[in-house]
Amino acid sequence: MNKYFYIIILFFSFLYTTFGQKENPPIIFNEDKINYRIDVIIDGIDIPWGLDFISKNEMLVTEKSGILYRVFDGQKKIISGIPKAYPRGQGGLLDVALHPDYKINNLIYFTISSQEGEGTGGNTALYIAKLLETKIINLRLLYKAFPNTKKGQHWGSRIVFDNSGHLFFSVGDRGNRDINPQNIELDGGKIYRLNLDGSVPNDNPFKTKRGSKSAVYSFGHRNPQGLVIHPETGVLWEHEHGPRGGDEINIPKKGKNYGWPIITYGINYIGTTITDKTEALGMEQPIYYWKPSIAPSGMAFLSSEIYPEWKGNLFVGSLVFEYLERLVIKNSKVVYREKLMDGIGRVRNVKQGPDGYLYIGVEGKGIIKISPLL
Amino acid sequence: MRSFLLLYFFSLFGLIYSFQKKPMDKSLKDGSIIYEDFCIQCHGPNGKGLTKKIPPLDNSDFLLNINKSISIIKYGAKGPIVVNNKEYDGNSMISQGLDDEEVSDVLNYIRNNWGNSHKKQINIDLVNKVKKPI
Repeated sequence: MNKYFYIIILFFSFLYTTFGQKENPPIIFNEDKINYRIDVIIDGIDIPWGLDFISKNEMLVTEKSGILYRVFDGQKKIISGIPKAYPRGQGGLLDVALHPDYKINNLIYFTISSQEGEGTGGNTALYIAKLLETKIINLRLLYKAFPNTKKGQHWGSRIVFDNSGHLFFSVGDRGNRDINPQNIELDGGKIYRLNLDGSVPNDNPFKTKRGSKSAVYSFGHRNPQGLVIHPETGVLWEHEHGPRGGDEINIPKKGKNYGWPIITYGINYIGTTITDKTEALGMEQPIYYWKPSIAPSGMAFLSSEIYPEWKGNLFVGSLVFEYLERLVIKNSKVVYREKLMDGIGRVRNVKQGPDGYLYIGVEGKGIIKISPLL
Repeated sequence: MRSFLLLYFFSLFGLIYSFQKKPMDKSLKDGSIIYEDFCIQCHGPNGKGLTKKIPPLDNSDFLLNINKSISIIKYGAKGPIVVNNKEYDGNSMISQGLDDEEVSDVLNYIRNNWGNSHKKQINIDLVNKVKKPI
């Protein structure tokens, strides 16, 4: 009798731990009615990794292989003076972002796979330069992650600005997950925070900690290719490529550890487990994880009123399933997911333009504008 | 004297030979590491491709054409490619920046893994000879 009693208790506690955990992600719906049209506004770009707007009809677009374009009304001009990208795996010329005061100072930032410094291989670099028509001058290296490595994966690289004079950028674990992400004395697997001139803010979490990388803002990340400042709250949001089944959305907080590779909802590509832990003390939970992995790239909150019912939603590109995902978020929880433009191609990037429209970068196609059908 | 000369030429030959040719088992081992770094994200652990849009490496007739196989790893694909009578959009297959030795290693690994068994070893020379996309 006693034995059965314990077995029943055991069974219910098993049920509780299994189902008491964070709910499995809500399923994704196919759109039931297409009420927008799409137009390719810039073509002839293989991998449009980064995109930013000078005005509503003028933009900067990176081509991963190493070209920065200035595009006016669909006409591309190559910008000269960009350092050579280290062509290795997922590396290349990655994100580009206009300084918040670009109109006054003409400064731009970009991230690139770089062989700067000692050691063979490369790592992620952040540069600033002044843009004059179709050339850059006063090129200055603001940050270079080390060590250089011949690994091809996980360069991170998104660049965003908050509303109080900071720049955030990401560097992935560079294929060295057991060494980099959990060690704040090493680069890789981190979100970094700098002042706009490249200096380290005085209130960075590890600024005064001896031996640590003072630019680190949060750590324990795998490969963040989505960073965005929420247009209403001003808070940083992030998504990252996990291993199989472990892509995450996080709201990175100062000095916090996001767990990779000690905790994850994913497994290795070959099906073996990385860890049996999905949570641990002192490590933050994602607000959402994708299972199966969608391979997220690019991230934007829609703040405009242009599209009926989409205001406030989060948009994320899927590389592997080739669609744009619309996520409805309530109280920092994902409550609805919808697949837009299924099969369009590998969606590398998504941004809201200064005109309030959504623009996506699609591999093999270029930049596509999404307009509502009213 | 004669035996000395013989030994000399023999070891010289051996030295040159060892510089030129990497043993197949070493190449396969190095190739598997390259595969897990650069290829597995899309082609998957079983070489069948993670989605239907990604061409299979397992039992792929594309591998029969060695020069084209080298070219696609070295320079990427431009436009559609045909594998086992099915057309695929090749645009996502881009150059990974591998050097010639790495290309030969990963190709040896792919050609001799899963259901593939192509005995002919791909050497660096062969990769080196492919100077532009085919």
